[in-house]
Amino acid sequence: MNQNSKPKLAMYWASSCGGCEISTLNIGENILAVDELFEIAFFPCIADFKVKDVEGYPDGYIDVCLFNGAIRNSDNQEMAELLRRKSKVLVAFGACAHQGSIPALSNLTSRAATLETVYLDNPTLDNPQGILPNTQYEADEGLLELPTFFNTVRSLGQVVPVDYTIPGCPPEPHQIWTVLQAVAAALLQGAELPPAGSIIGAGTVAVCKECTREKEEKQIGRYYRPFEIVPDPERCLLSQGIICMGAATRSGCGALCPQVGIGCRGCYGPPDGVDDQGAAMISALASVMDTTYPTDNGNSLEQQIDTLIDTLADPAGTFYRFSLANAVLGRARQPASPVHK
Amino acid sequence: MKQERIGVYVCHCGSNIAGTVDVGQLSSWAADALEKRGVVVARDYKFMCSSLGQELIKSDIVELSLTRVVVAACSPHLHEKTFRTACQQAGLNPYLMEMVSLREHVAWVHSDKALATQKAKALISGAVERVALHEPLDPISVPIEATTLVVGAGISGIQAALEIADAGQKVVLVEREPSIGGHMAQLDKTFPTLDCSACILTPKMVTVGSHPNINLLTWSEVEAVDGFVGQFTVTIRKKARYVREDVCTGCGICMEKCPSKLIDQVYEAGLGYRSAIYRPFPQAIPKYPVIDKANCIYFQRGKCKACQLFCPTTPNAIDFEQEDQILQLTVGNIILATGYDLFDARRIPQYGYGRLANVFSSLEFERLCNAAGPTEGKILLRDGVSQPESVGIIHCVGSRDRNYNNYCSAICCMQSLKFAHLVKERTGAKVTNFYIDIRTPYKDYDEFYQHVLQEKVEFVRGRVAEVTDAARRPGEEGKLIIQVEDTFIGKQRRIPVDMVILSAGIEPRHDSKEVSRKFGISCNGSGFFTELHPKLDPVATMSKGIFIAGCAQGPKDIPASVVQGAAAAARVLGTIQQKSLDLEPVLAQVIDQKCSGCRICSNLCPFNAIGFDLERQISTINPALCQGCGTCVSACPSHAISGTQFSTEQILAQLHGLLAESFNGNGARTQSPAFSQAELV
Ligand SMILES: Cc1cc2nc3c(=O)[nH]c(=O)nc-3n(C[C@H](O)[C@H](O)[C@H](O)COP(=O)(O)OP(=O)(O)OC[C@H]3O[C@@H](n4cnc5c(N)ncnc54)[C@H](O)[C@@H]3O)c2cc1C
Ligand code: SF4
Ligand code: SF4
Ligand code: SF4
Ligand code: SF4
Ligand code: SF4
Repeated sequence: MNQNSKPKLAMYWASSCGGCEISTLNIGENILAVDELFEIAFFPCIADFKVKDVEGYPDGYIDVCLFNGAIRNSDNQEMAELLRRKSKVLVAFGACAHQGSIPALSNLTSRAATLETVYLDNPTLDNPQGILPNTQYEADEGLLELPTFFNTVRSLGQVVPVDYTIPGCPPEPHQIWTVLQAVAAALLQGAELPPAGSIIGAGTVAVCKECTREKEEKQIGRYYRPFEIVPDPERCLLSQGIICMGAATRSGCGALCPQVGIGCRGCYGPPDGVDDQGAAMISALASVMDTTYPTDNGNSLEQQIDTLIDTLADPAGTFYRFSLANAVLGRARQPASPVHK
Repeated sequence: MKQERIGVYVCHCGSNIAGTVDVGQLSSWAADALEKRGVVVARDYKFMCSSLGQELIKSDIVELSLTRVVVAACSPHLHEKTFRTACQQAGLNPYLMEMVSLREHVAWVHSDKALATQKAKALISGAVERVALHEPLDPISVPIEATTLVVGAGISGIQAALEIADAGQKVVLVEREPSIGGHMAQLDKTFPTLDCSACILTPKMVTVGSHPNINLLTWSEVEAVDGFVGQFTVTIRKKARYVREDVCTGCGICMEKCPSKLIDQVYEAGLGYRSAIYRPFPQAIPKYPVIDKANCIYFQRGKCKACQLFCPTTPNAIDFEQEDQILQLTVGNIILATGYDLFDARRIPQYGYGRLANVFSSLEFERLCNAAGPTEGKILLRDGVSQPESVGIIHCVGSRDRNYNNYCSAICCMQSLKFAHLVKERTGAKVTNFYIDIRTPYKDYDEFYQHVLQEKVEFVRGRVAEVTDAARRPGEEGKLIIQVEDTFIGKQRRIPVDMVILSAGIEPRHDSKEVSRKFGISCNGSGFFTELHPKLDPVATMSKGIFIAGCAQGPKDIPASVVQGAAAAARVLGTIQQKSLDLEPVLAQVIDQKCSGCRICSNLCPFNAIGFDLERQISTINPALCQGCGTCVSACPSHAISGTQFSTEQILAQLHGLLAESFNGNGARTQSPAFSQAELV
């Protein structure tokens, strides 16, 4: 096939860990088929491309761009805008592009507090002059510009219009491969693409549907952190008091974590029809608190509920681990001065 | 989407609403500002609920072809039905009407007219957005099985069963004790008329026992309830009596001959004995005894069978091989008349009950007075021989007391006065009543009090601190001393008496919460069953087809228990008459494709409407049981449960309307950006 008639594929990372690229490469020997099917137009992880190359493309030159990572700084935003212009189909790839994911947890504090922690307080640091990153630096060669570090992390969809989303941290290789095949079929053979805005490479219902653990009625008297309990191998983890986000998380992973005794972390985001994953989980858990009264130990109902809640470590980080940017609240309220210290 | 044609109707409710809200401004504003959102007419009127007010709505529906109606008046609790019916009469589906509670949510809680009017606008704006998304609904019709289950055969349950049976309908009457009668069967005389309790109760009991329409199941309990109004399936355990009802003549020889005697804690309130094979009292209905397995020598040690040996019937009525029977019955309605437990006075140690011999509980005293009781009606001290020369009666034991029950038990003032009279009449002893307030409402009750006052009964006002046998002063030796602050003279007093009677309060049955869960109804904080409306619907519950009567609903005396029993029966007969019942279609539904089977919702429903389909691994909601409370809707993390008339879209639309009006007052929708500029950089 003529090199130039192949559809153009791009994959870019903004604020991300690189796991999405690894998962993509993890599709095994199918990676050769990807090379067969697509012309790689931009993929900094595996080949040497410069931004200038992309800028040189005509608008809409790239057929499909898989964009992973959240929008943490002005460079991320510029690249998102550039790739949006240059791509026919822009895919939010992975949890960070989808909902902000781990980087967006810093929305619980402020830029100042984040920088302070990273550059001044970290125990492994050696920064006696207390230097913090600047956006401009006067060097011998002239003025150097660095990207602006934003106060709030956003998902890709909050910055530019997105055509599809492939959720997951990272998306599962078999799901990536299915999507790539579908895209190739659409571009080469005119097969129909899913409706714009769809979440692809995943299920629609929650993870519990895929989980083979035995579902039971729930009434939770206390929560356990993973090191505090050896989970029963057959029973639903949540029923055992182990936080499992499966009930509020989109399926598609095959319930990988719960199947091996680790509560679902929620990386696929909320199931179809649910906007705020954390809120959905919080109201679910609030509904299944054990409020049997009178209590065995003579505690008041309030005390009973307090003790139950005390066993729940880091609620915001647990319920919004992957979805804070897209949550109804989106970030913590702006503190008047840095909360830190 | 086609634009709806909405009518908005603002009620003045006399000056109830008009006094605080500018109703005229409100209706002209609605006509203007909400026009682009589909409002074609807005009116205000003095009493929307009046027939003239309703006419207004009806003629608009017809003449202006309204497709939706918003009535801004009082709480939907009161008039939703009125306005729904009005819509229906004008040919509009009744569920296309939405009410705004201007009176309860605005007028009665605010005083600033301008702000109140602004809030009213916001609420109407929300209702207009919401009503546009309403869907026409049809009530669900269920057939009514004519048989009724009555649980508990105290006076209240007996009354209910008789009313229904006499009206020609079948009743299954389930009583957990060996005999019907409840507490009333233990009492001696009943206030205020002092007629003998047994004399007025036993004729009713006999009628119950022989009524062709009553299937009486004593020594039985309801184990499970499934289904819903019109079609409840109840599982009843008929405990083995070990006595064949088809043979036993009720002669009682077995009870005489049984060598295992024990203290009767239930009927005799601990004052008398019974044997292991027993019937609680001679007039028991049914007359057949039961063997109390736990105390039967044969069942415990394998030897005895005295009862069988002496039983004169052929074939022998004693059958040690009998087993519990499980019955499954279908009933259309259920009346719960499970009564009360007496407050256990041991919980107040300073009153000495259970420790000081001559401190008696009120029920013990009833047995003491009763001619059929252990002393044949003689009022004697615990030694069984001496008569008291002085008696102290303490009111409010365990009632009106922050440490026990806050509520007033309602019957114990009259019961204490009754006791004072009986002691005077039978012993001539000196009687002192210790009270906080005397509560004697109702017909002839205060007259009874006046009468007792004339009998020279003394009254000391103050909560008793202690009853002790530790004598400190001359004249106190060998007596019980009642230590009290006499609040009329502001002094501590020590009053020595021979006998103390504790007028213990009325408490919910110890298992009332379990029973309420079993039947899918709710209890108040103390454990009394909750009625649908405390004033206007006192015997119905939130669960359709389940009614409550007697002390199970709250403390009350015999006349009130009888009234409730009859009222519950009337309600049941009403539904039987209709043969089928229309149920509210406002309820929750599981959207099968969205349910992940997580089972978060499994045990949330207060009406037991939620089931789990094991095969399909999804939850299901029984539409006839669901009352549309919304508990499960908000819990489901997959948003797989949708509340009809409370869909996410409808609620969000209402919020949009409400917020639009609260923020800029121009009726336009505001869209807030995800993050403000200040938050971003
Ligand atoms: C000391 C004393 C004196 C009183 N004197 C008077 C008086 O003079 N005049 C007056 O008007 N009132 C008097 N009362 C009040 C009177 O006792 C009550 O108003 C009346 O008995 C209430 O009747 P009931 O049917 O509601 O309850 P109950 O009499 O308690 O009957 C309830 C019945 O339900 C049965 N039951 C309970 N749970 C279950 C279950 N789960 N399944 C099956 N069966 C069940 C019980 O065994 C019982 O037979 C007195 C009360 C006391 C304590
Ligand atoms: S373990 Fe987690 S995913 Fe599995 S059923 Fe329970 S809550 Fe759902
Ligand atoms: S067998 Fe049991 S019930 Fe019969 S006489 Fe003996 S102890 Fe009493
Ligand atoms: S009825 Fe009288 S004795 Fe009983 S709780 Fe009320 S006030 Fe006290
Ligand atoms: S909570 Fe929702 S998803 Fe879970 S079982 Fe119930 S209906 Fe299904
Ligand atoms: S809305 Fe849900 S919880 Fe409420 S009655 Fe219906 S099924 Fe039960």
